[in-house]
Amino acid sequence: MAEEVVLLDFWVSMFGMRVRVALAEKGIKYEYREEDLRNKSDLLLQMNPVHKKIPVLIHNGKPICESLIIVQYIDEVWNDKSPLLPSDPYKRAQARFWADFVDKKVYESGRKLWTTKGEEHGAAKKEFLEILKTLEEELGEKPYFGGETFGFVDVAFVTFYSWFNAFETFGEFSMEAEHPKIIAWAKRCMQKESVAKTLPDQQKVYEFVLGMRKRFLGE
Amino acid sequence: MGKSDIKLIGSWASAFTTRVRIAFNIKNVEYEHLEEVLGKKSDLLLQSNPVHKKFPVLLHDGKPLPESLIIVQYIDEVWSSGPSILPADPLDRALERFWAAYVDEKFFPSLKLVRVTQGEQLAAAVEAVGKSFEVLDGAFHQCSKGNAFFGGERVGYLDIAFGCTLAWLRALEKIVGVKLFDEVKHPALAKWMDSFCSDPAVDGLIPETDRFIEFLKLLPGAPPRH
Repeated sequence: MAEEVVLLDFWVSMFGMRVRVALAEKGIKYEYREEDLRNKSDLLLQMNPVHKKIPVLIHNGKPICESLIIVQYIDEVWNDKSPLLPSDPYKRAQARFWADFVDKKVYESGRKLWTTKGEEHGAAKKEFLEILKTLEEELGEKPYFGGETFGFVDVAFVTFYSWFNAFETFGEFSMEAEHPKIIAWAKRCMQKESVAKTLPDQQKVYEFVLGMRKRFLGE
Repeated sequence: MGKSDIKLIGSWASAFTTRVRIAFNIKNVEYEHLEEVLGKKSDLLLQSNPVHKKFPVLLHDGKPLPESLIIVQYIDEVWSSGPSILPADPLDRALERFWAAYVDEKFFPSLKLVRVTQGEQLAAAVEAVGKSFEVLDGAFHQCSKGNAFFGGERVGYLDIAFGCTLAWLRALEKIVGVKLFDEVKHPALAKWMDSFCSDPAVDGLIPETDRFIEFLKLLPGAPPRH
């Protein structure tokens, strides 16, 4: 049966990028459709009526929503190569825990770096750096969060690397100075074709965030 | 391996802890339940979950694992010879995971908001819960495929995720004196609620309403109620 795989996405979304990295890791051919989030397509609204958000993977006409759920789905269906989740149940559970941690903490905290000012901004910066510290501790001396090989947690977090320039500029800190291990890990991931070809240029992301910030703060 | 190799840090009143206990019942696995005291986190909890400092935490042969739905999936995978908690088909699994995330990110928070609001805010919270039930009704028809449970013929992952919030639902309806769930509008869900609560794996684990109301009174943030 011919597989039909469509991805509804938005170029700058670190969540959408996770799916693109997973699809690339598995060598899956798919149709990429860029959504205009201020003018969502009928297809998106039909395929994700509950949240109306990207990414949405449409596999043979059936939608799968929520980036980490999509990545697990991809890993389970295309299970012949590049496993993303470990086979050991405890390690798999740990991978889910850390991916969930990235989901719960990094985006919201990072967002505050460009949506706040003054005291709030100071608190946001502190919180963000604490989160990165926790992740750095979890990484430890391993080449990847997944251990010897690139895995689920790496996919979950590496897409934020394209946003690092934005985080650093608005957060007023240097990632290299504060968390060199994270930078080393990200660069290691960027040596993989699936990651390098997916992540957009950090400067482009920064300009996008700058635009969002101006609209958000009404500047 | 004896019972002492499996410990669960949690609380009788915690919906999240109950999820794990139901999963163990389904698999017929014995475990030691370590009850946390309200307002005072044990050293064991803080050591076992230093990142979030929350229960439930499973300690399997001393290895800690927090987050209720992650623990439930782990139980399903480790005790694989027992009845399955997650469906076998990847699409069905993705669907149940999606809806369980909806319960945790949208439904349950909107339900909890009812406890701490009054006046106009309460009315808005009640409306939000009502809308959630409409969405979950659709989810039930999508997942159950004509069977008694979200998981099909047996209690599964999504049944567990959603069903454990029922103590809150019933208690809050009594506390605020407002109907949050319309069984006339959603007969299939109403039937599911009964089926879930009376299932052998669940029986006795959903806190009895009046006892839970007393527990909720101990939590901060609620406005005075008549």
